[in-house]
Amino acid sequence: MEHPISVDYLRWIVLLPLIGAVINALAGVLIQRSFGKRAISVIACTPVILAFVLAVRVLLQLLSLPPEQRFLLDHWFTWIDVGDLRADIAFLADPLSSVMILVVTGVGGLIHIYSTGYMHDEKSYWRFFAWLNLFTFAMLTLVLGDNILLMFVGWEGVGLCSYALIGFWYGELANASAGSKAFIVNRVGDFGFTLGAFLLFWTLSAEGHGSVVFRELAQHAHLLEGKTFFGVGVATVVTLLFFVGATGKSAQIPLYVWLPDAMAGPTPVSALIHAATMVTAGVYMIGRLNFLFSMAPATLHVVAWIGALTAFFAATIGLAQNDIKRVLAYSTVSQLGYMFIGMGVGAYAAGIFHLVTHAFFKACLFLGSGSVIHAMGGEQDMRKMGGLKKWMPWTYRTFLISTLAIAGIPPLSGFISKDEILWKAFSSEHGSPLLWLVGFAGAGMTAFYMFRQVFMTFYGECRADHHTQEHLHESPATMTYPLIVLATLAFVGGVLGWPHSLGGSNGFEEWLAPVFSHGAHAAHEAAEVEPIEYALMLASVGIGVAGILLARAMYLTKTLSPATFSEMGEGAPYRLIYNKYYIDEIYGAVFVNGTLLLTQLCAAFDRIVIDGIVNGSAALTRGVSWLNGLFDNYVIDGIVNRVADVTMGVGNRFRQLQTGSINGYLYVIVVGVVVVMVARLM
Amino acid sequence: MAVGLQHYLFVSLILFALGLYCVLTRRNAIGILMGVELILNSANVNYLAFSRYGSGTYDGQVFAIFVIMLAAAEAAIGLAIVLGIYQTFQTIDVEAAETMRG
Repeated sequence: MEHPISVDYLRWIVLLPLIGAVINALAGVLIQRSFGKRAISVIACTPVILAFVLAVRVLLQLLSLPPEQRFLLDHWFTWIDVGDLRADIAFLADPLSSVMILVVTGVGGLIHIYSTGYMHDEKSYWRFFAWLNLFTFAMLTLVLGDNILLMFVGWEGVGLCSYALIGFWYGELANASAGSKAFIVNRVGDFGFTLGAFLLFWTLSAEGHGSVVFRELAQHAHLLEGKTFFGVGVATVVTLLFFVGATGKSAQIPLYVWLPDAMAGPTPVSALIHAATMVTAGVYMIGRLNFLFSMAPATLHVVAWIGALTAFFAATIGLAQNDIKRVLAYSTVSQLGYMFIGMGVGAYAAGIFHLVTHAFFKACLFLGSGSVIHAMGGEQDMRKMGGLKKWMPWTYRTFLISTLAIAGIPPLSGFISKDEILWKAFSSEHGSPLLWLVGFAGAGMTAFYMFRQVFMTFYGECRADHHTQEHLHESPATMTYPLIVLATLAFVGGVLGWPHSLGGSNGFEEWLAPVFSHGAHAAHEAAEVEPIEYALMLASVGIGVAGILLARAMYLTKTLSPATFSEMGEGAPYRLIYNKYYIDEIYGAVFVNGTLLLTQLCAAFDRIVIDGIVNGSAALTRGVSWLNGLFDNYVIDGIVNRVADVTMGVGNRFRQLQTGSINGYLYVIVVGVVVVMVARLM
Repeated sequence: MAVGLQHYLFVSLILFALGLYCVLTRRNAIGILMGVELILNSANVNYLAFSRYGSGTYDGQVFAIFVIMLAAAEAAIGLAIVLGIYQTFQTIDVEAAETMRG
C-alpha cells in the first residue's frame, strides 16, 4: 500500500457545517429575530455548499493521481495515544469516501436548499437548520474518519441528530416517542458495533499490532486468520458484531422498526437522514471494512440473506400502506436490503453504487412527497389525494422519473445499480440463484407499490375536499429546483456505472477498485460477459413492467379491484401486511414489557433484599449500641464510681489525722524527732 | 564534790524534759510558749557547759547569745500568733482552735 498524500483541507469539509451549526444554535434566536429567516438559511446552506466544492476538489485531486496512490490524509491532531491504542483526529479521502462526501454534501446541500422553502413557516427555523448542519458534520466525520473511533463519533452523532430531528416537533408526544424509539433501537446496534471494535483491537493487540486505524487494519487483518473466539473465527465474530451495528443504523431485520416511525419528522429530514445519508452508514461501514468481511464468508452469507429477507419483507408491507411517507419508508428499508445483498455477495462496488443512485431517487421521492404534503396542507393519506399532476407538474414529473428509477426501468440509474446487484447475487461465489430470486421478487413488488403510489397521488380524480383543492399549488422554486436536479441525476446517474454487458466500462467499479481489492476475492469476473446476464436483465425489466401494469390496472384504469387481493384468504394476509406483521406489538410485548418486568423485579429486590440488609444492619447496630450502653453504664461507670469511692474512703481515713488539736500535733512532732534520732543512731 | 560537766548536762536535760512536758500538755498557748523557752534555755545551758568544760573556747557562749536573741524574736512572733488566736477564738485555750479538724 502506498503512503497517502498529506493535505490540510479535508478538515474543512467536516468543520464548515459544524461552524454553521454552532452559529445557528447559539445565536439563532437573535439572528432570526434581527435578520430574518433568510440569514439563517445563508448561514446553514453556505457551509454545505462550500463543503461540496471541497469535495469536488478532493475528487479532482484523486483523479490526478494514479489509482494505487489515491489516498489523501489530513492528519489534524493526536486525540488518543495510550499504549497500543492510537486514534487521531485525521481524515482519509480515498475513492470510497470521496463518493460518500459528494453524496452527503451534494444531496445534503440540495435538501438544505429545499428546506428553506419547506420549513418556511416554522417558528423554530434556526433550530432546524442548526440540527441539520450538525447532522451533516457528524455524517462527514463518519465517512472521512480514518479510524474506527472517529467513525464511531460520527456514527453516534448522526444517531443523536436523527433523534433530535425526528422529534423536532416535540410538542406532540408521538413525535418525541418516535425520536426516542429511533435512538434506542440504534443504540442496540451500536452495542454490537462497539463489541466488534473491542474484539478486533484486542485480538490484533495480542498479535502485537493493535490498531483502530483503517489503513493499518487493512495491512494487518491477515493476522486474524486462524484465531478463534470461543470456537468461532475471530473475523466472523467481529464482522457479525459490526453487522449488528449496521442493522441498527441501516434499518435491517431485526432493528428496522424505528424507520417507519421516523416519518414523524419533517419531510426534508426523512429525505436526508432516512434515505440518502444516515441509513447508508451501515453500508459504508461494510465497504470500509471490506477486507475483514472478505475474511468471513459466513458473515457475508448472513449479510446477504438478511438483506434479501429485509428487501422482500419490507416490500410486502409497502404494498398495503396508505400514508405517502410510510410507503417511501418501507421502500427505503427494502432498498437498503438490496445494498446489503450487494455487500454480502462481495460486490462492494455494486452496493455502494446502489447507495448513490438510491440517494438520488429516494431523496427526490421524499422531497416530492414533501411538496405534495405541503400543497395538501399537511395531508399525508394517499386515499385523499389524486390527480395532482394537474396542479403540480414539476413535482409530478420528477416524482415519475424517480419512480421509474426505483422500479428498475432502463436506462435509468436505478435499473443499472439494482441489476448489477441482482446479477452479482446470482453469479458471485457468495451468492446463489435463490438469493437472486428473493431480490427479483422484491423488485417486482417495488415496481408495483411505487406505481400504486404514483397513480393514487397524481392520476385520476382528486379525492381531496373542496377546501384543500382550492389551495393546491406547485411548490416554490427553492423546492422544485432541487427536485429537478435530483431527478436528472436519477435519470442519468447510471452512466457512472454502466456495466460491461451493455457496452460500458463500469467506471464506478474501477474507481472503487483500490479500496475493495485488498485481499478481497470479490467480483473479478471483470470484462467477461455471460449471456445469462442478459437473460436476468430482461427478467428484471419484465417483472418491473408487470408490476407497473398491475398497479395501473388496479389504480388507474380500475379494471382490477384491489379488493381482489385484500380480501383473499378472509383478508388475513392483507391485515397482516397492513399491520406490518404486528412486529412493533411483538417487540413491545417482549422487549419493552420484558424490560419493565425486569425493572419491577429489580425494584422488588432492592426493596426487600437490599433495604432489608440495610435496615437489618441498622437494627444490629442499635442492638450493639444498647449493649455498649449497658457496658458503659455498669462497667465503666462502675469503675469510675469505685475509684471515687476508694478515694473518698482513703481520704476519710487520712482526714482523721487532722485532729485540729495543737497539742496533738506537737506530740507527733516530738515522736517524729525521736524516731529520726533513733534511726540515725542505728 | 566538784561540779563537773555532767552536772550541767543533767540540769540541761531536766530543763529540756520539763520544757517538753510543758509544750506537750499545757492548754494555755502562752504556757506552750513558756515550754519552748525552757527548751531553748536548756539548749543554752548545754552550749555553755560544753564551752566551759569541753572545748575551752568561747564559741559556745557566743552561740548562746545568738540563741537568746532568736528566742526573743521567736517569742515575739509567737505572742503575735497567740494574739491572733485570741482575736479569732476569744480564748487562748488551744483546744478551742480545732477548726482545722478534717
